[in-house]
Amino acid sequence: MKQAELVIIGGGPAGLCAAVSAARSGAKVLIIERNKDLGGQLLKQTHMFFGSEKQYASLRGIDIPAILISELEKYKERVEIIKEATVVGVFEDGVITVLEKEENYFKIAPKALVLATGAYEKYLSFPNNDLPGIYGAGAVQTLMNVHGVKPGNKVLMVGAGNIGLIVSYQLMQAGVKVEAILDAAPKIGGYLVHASKVRRMGVPILTSHTVKEAIGKEELEKAVISQVDEKFSPIEGSEKTLDVDVMCISVGLTPLNELLAMRGCKMKYIPQLGGLVPLRNENYETSVENLFVAGDATGVEEASAAMVEGFLAGLCAAEKIGYRLDNFEEMKNDYLKQLEELRSGPAGKHILSGIEQIVL
Amino acid sequence: MDGKTIVCRCSDVTLKEIRKLISQGYTTFEEIKRLTRSGMGPCQGKTCGQLIMREIANARGQKIQDVKFQTNRPPVVGVKLGLVAEEARRNEK
Repeated sequence: MKQAELVIIGGGPAGLCAAVSAARSGAKVLIIERNKDLGGQLLKQTHMFFGSEKQYASLRGIDIPAILISELEKYKERVEIIKEATVVGVFEDGVITVLEKEENYFKIAPKALVLATGAYEKYLSFPNNDLPGIYGAGAVQTLMNVHGVKPGNKVLMVGAGNIGLIVSYQLMQAGVKVEAILDAAPKIGGYLVHASKVRRMGVPILTSHTVKEAIGKEELEKAVISQVDEKFSPIEGSEKTLDVDVMCISVGLTPLNELLAMRGCKMKYIPQLGGLVPLRNENYETSVENLFVAGDATGVEEASAAMVEGFLAGLCAAEKIGYRLDNFEEMKNDYLKQLEELRSGPAGKHILSGIEQIVL
Repeated sequence: MDGKTIVCRCSDVTLKEIRKLISQGYTTFEEIKRLTRSGMGPCQGKTCGQLIMREIANARGQKIQDVKFQTNRPPVVGVKLGLVAEEARRNEK
């Protein structure tokens, strides 16, 4: 069994920041990342970030991992990284099990854990929803921006949140036609600045609309959409058929929480945070001692919030196992203040109404 | 509309099958899992979970937050038993 001080599960924005913060405090850190590269969702975010300088605003998401990795290199004598490895179990005695490259399975006994596993895409049920050509919007973003693969020629985007709007814009940048963006809600969920950008390029955004059916033999050929009433029921007679070979489902993300649930963390389903999330205190420690969380796993938000949560959770987890920075309180208060600022807008109000139900 | 609506992509379970089970009185995720294998495939309920919970909630007149998901158990992805045995042997030494 491998011994470790602080294990960080997930090397995305939250995990990388947690690692920087904990290593800076003096803790020995082990990052376990499922993919070949560190960076998580940042690796496909070709757009510029909002927020303040502390959260790397005005930089493109794809450029942020390199900055965090070079920061980590300052502490390389106490940072270990295992890539292409999945944590498959978290047990009552604190031991975790890891599957590396599907050929090596081993146990680790860490003193503390920061769980930064992120989130995954929700799905929709409608007839023929398993036809090839129907993707999650995040999957399409990975195909295009990470692998350089064009997903198709004519797209229907289902969901007008920020991901739906941004991926629509990036599809157009790649020369793909976006036929329409629709959303069941009566209002556009994403930022108006993103919505205006795609509208200016001639893409209709149809609110109070849903996808009724996908049509195709071997792959997606058409999509039938219809208007919905205030109870989200389709309005008979309002159907329209669109010729599309790609449909992106972008109906929200939900926290990747299975390791937390299996370890016995107290959990609660909070719609504002995207699903089942762990209860946690101000330091981002869960109801299980020495098990910390950060990022989308504790509630779906922007990458900027995930990074600050990571810094905070890493700082507090290190402190918990004996590595307390001289300016610990000052750092902690700064991170808390940054989170407060990030959540001060109208979208933040919604998030905060969820967070107040999970703080221990 | 004669196309299938897939709720569980791992085990090809349709919305029709789920609704039929709910109408027969199987109104918990665990029961539906045992009868259909939904939630037991490679994704461990990441596609079907909220879709089935939503169906249960609608049928019971509840909110989705009042419906229980399945018990999560390790491992979260498939692991070859030989690898588990190897690690057990290493730890015995």
